[in-house]
Amino acid sequence: MRTANVRTIVIWTLVALVGATGWAVLALARGEDVSAAWMVAAALGSYAIGYRFYSKFIAHKVLKVDATRATPAERLNNGIDFHPTDRRVLLGHHFAAIAGAGPLVGPVLAAQMGYLPGTIWIITGVIFAGAVQDMVVLFFSTRRDGRSLGQLAREEIGPFGGAAALIAAFAIMIILLGVLALVIVNALAASPWGTFSIAMTVPIALLMGFYLRVLRPGRVSEVSLIGVGLLLLALIAGRWVAESSWAGTFTLAPSTLVVWLVAYGFIASILPVWMLLAPRDYLSTFMKIGTILLLALGVVIALPTLKMDAVTDFASRGDGPVFAGSLFPFVFITIACGALSGFHALISSGTTPKMIQKETQVRMIGYGSMLMESSVAIMALVAASIIDPGLYFAMNAPAGVIGTTVDNASQVVGSWGYSISPAELAQAAKNVEEASLLSRTGGAPTLAVGVSEIFSKVTGGSLRAFWYHFAIMFEALFILTALDAGTRVGRFMLQDMLGNVYRPFKNISWKPGLVLTSAIVCALWGYFLWVGVHEPLGGINQLFPIFGISNQLLAAVALAVCTTLLVKSGRLKWAWITGVPLAWDATVTLTASFQKVFSSDPRVGFFKQRSVFQDAIDDGKVLPPAKSMDDMHTVVTNSTVDGILTAVLALLIVVVIADSLRVCVRHVRRPALSTLSEAPYVESRIVAPAGLIPTRKEKEEARDAVTSSSA
Amino acid sequence: MRSLRRALRSVRWYVRELTDESAYDRYVAHVREDHPQAPVPTRRAFERMRTDRQEKDPRQGFRCC
Repeated sequence: MRTANVRTIVIWTLVALVGATGWAVLALARGEDVSAAWMVAAALGSYAIGYRFYSKFIAHKVLKVDATRATPAERLNNGIDFHPTDRRVLLGHHFAAIAGAGPLVGPVLAAQMGYLPGTIWIITGVIFAGAVQDMVVLFFSTRRDGRSLGQLAREEIGPFGGAAALIAAFAIMIILLGVLALVIVNALAASPWGTFSIAMTVPIALLMGFYLRVLRPGRVSEVSLIGVGLLLLALIAGRWVAESSWAGTFTLAPSTLVVWLVAYGFIASILPVWMLLAPRDYLSTFMKIGTILLLALGVVIALPTLKMDAVTDFASRGDGPVFAGSLFPFVFITIACGALSGFHALISSGTTPKMIQKETQVRMIGYGSMLMESSVAIMALVAASIIDPGLYFAMNAPAGVIGTTVDNASQVVGSWGYSISPAELAQAAKNVEEASLLSRTGGAPTLAVGVSEIFSKVTGGSLRAFWYHFAIMFEALFILTALDAGTRVGRFMLQDMLGNVYRPFKNISWKPGLVLTSAIVCALWGYFLWVGVHEPLGGINQLFPIFGISNQLLAAVALAVCTTLLVKSGRLKWAWITGVPLAWDATVTLTASFQKVFSSDPRVGFFKQRSVFQDAIDDGKVLPPAKSMDDMHTVVTNSTVDGILTAVLALLIVVVIADSLRVCVRHVRRPALSTLSEAPYVESRIVAPAGLIPTRKEKEEARDAVTSSSA
Repeated sequence: MRSLRRALRSVRWYVRELTDESAYDRYVAHVREDHPQAPVPTRRAFERMRTDRQEKDPRQGFRCC
């Protein structure tokens, strides 16, 4: 047996102590000031232990990663999408692909239950579920030439489960786009500064696209530098515009923004990739990595104090204004990205497995990147928890609840036990040079206030408004890119499905089909966006739970595929590695769906909500927060649509899980019936380290490889 | 001085790899090695081919929420 040396034991004992101290302070502190440093300590200590022990155990004992086995990148190297990529570069690629608006928005909304539930779920969720899912999917996809999740589901579970997974993925994509667009609308409405800067990203991207296509093909770094420079200029210019006579032109009502966004999504998705999508993607990736680094630095330097309660009363009462429902199950679906995100399975079975050099690197890339994303979610939670709780609730409660004046909002928020004066609310808006911060739901504005608070602690308060709009711009930038890219992916799925009915649709370059399917996809997410903006009960309040449920349902599909593969590949003993997260995820998500459909609390259950409002209509009454009979009808229609959608999604996933269970049971009973579509073993000739820092043995191997090839 | 230059060189390498600016060089090396007789496309043609591929399958390079 191998024995650990003393130094290793001492180091890991210290890491464990740091993490444990962080947890102890977070758990025991009540009513006193807690520094964000403890949250950081708990997170980093736990991540280190999870990575060092659990992920190593999974990689070597369960998956049995094989350093001698050639990966698809090596076997199928075509110099373009299949090519062995340095692990440090691929870590950056993979992280940039999985991190987006999700881990920033979810934790902010979940902060209404206090910072503790969110912290616990983000950290334990990522270690035992999210990072495991990403790594296991990456491993199995790598063993299968980089097949996508949909293909894996079809091949390993069957055509029925595969089709259900495909339809679920399409529905999820639509809801995702609708909700992300809603976040943008809430951040940009009546904000000329934000709207101007975001509008400017379009000409900047077009310019960059032209530069890359015509002037200097492929010179990405230089054009990105130019782009980022122009972007910062647009941000500064936004303030001038907001103070000038043009302000009116860029002060847009939410419904106007909806029209602009849908039009943007449609036009962008039918333009060639090089014109808008590719350059935008460079811009948003640069901004994303840069801002996340800045935020990490800011949190560590400023070490702000958490002002939110550890656990608020809304956690048990379930009547929170941000989203309704109690802690279980709703915290676990509100925070998806950062703890467990089904969308990552699409990346882990997309580009990354085609570029990985060594099977041994799935641990660093799959598990490691997800830990990084989780730390982004922790930072978002810190940002939401350091602002005054009164301001937090005034920003995140729908207008139907707190009214539209600072006096009214102050009074309502005060009735929840969080005091903030009307003058303070007005001052908070003035600090960031916005007309109002009331009911700026969606998470992005709250995050931006938190970020501006952290950054201005480092740079001085005079830049507060600049940092606020910087953060808004940063989120809006990649949400707009996601609208374009997501519409294309949705269109691609739709073309594929319609192609089975009418042949020409299969040809994805067929122009009428392309325009038609793009229009359908934009109309679908545009519908949810429109509904969200005009929802009297608050769009985020109603739609975010559906978004969370759908994202976690996709995770259930991914975990079901992983568990089936573990069983079929003779790892039944270890099936709990993804089986337990699957059981937890299915419990949480199906409970949430069940409550959203059947709950007798009208704030939670869509159909109860529908009947309450329908009864009132029959009696000729108008129930608050609705203001007119039209509003009443809107509520009834929306609740019906939302309820049916939630039920259908839940049903699809039950189908996938049941089908994969059938395959597992069949395999255990009669293994001969199962087929595995694993690519055959080919010996690898690449020598590359498994982790970020090469071990002494790996360095020697690398040296031997160089001398033997030159000899 | 030398270590500074080395640090700058590795930063440049990392940025070029991460942004895929090095894609063309990599492709040329690949074609030269595996298909020595095959013609090498110009950088312009290569970059066009790359965006056309993304056009054909939008799941390439898709990013998450």
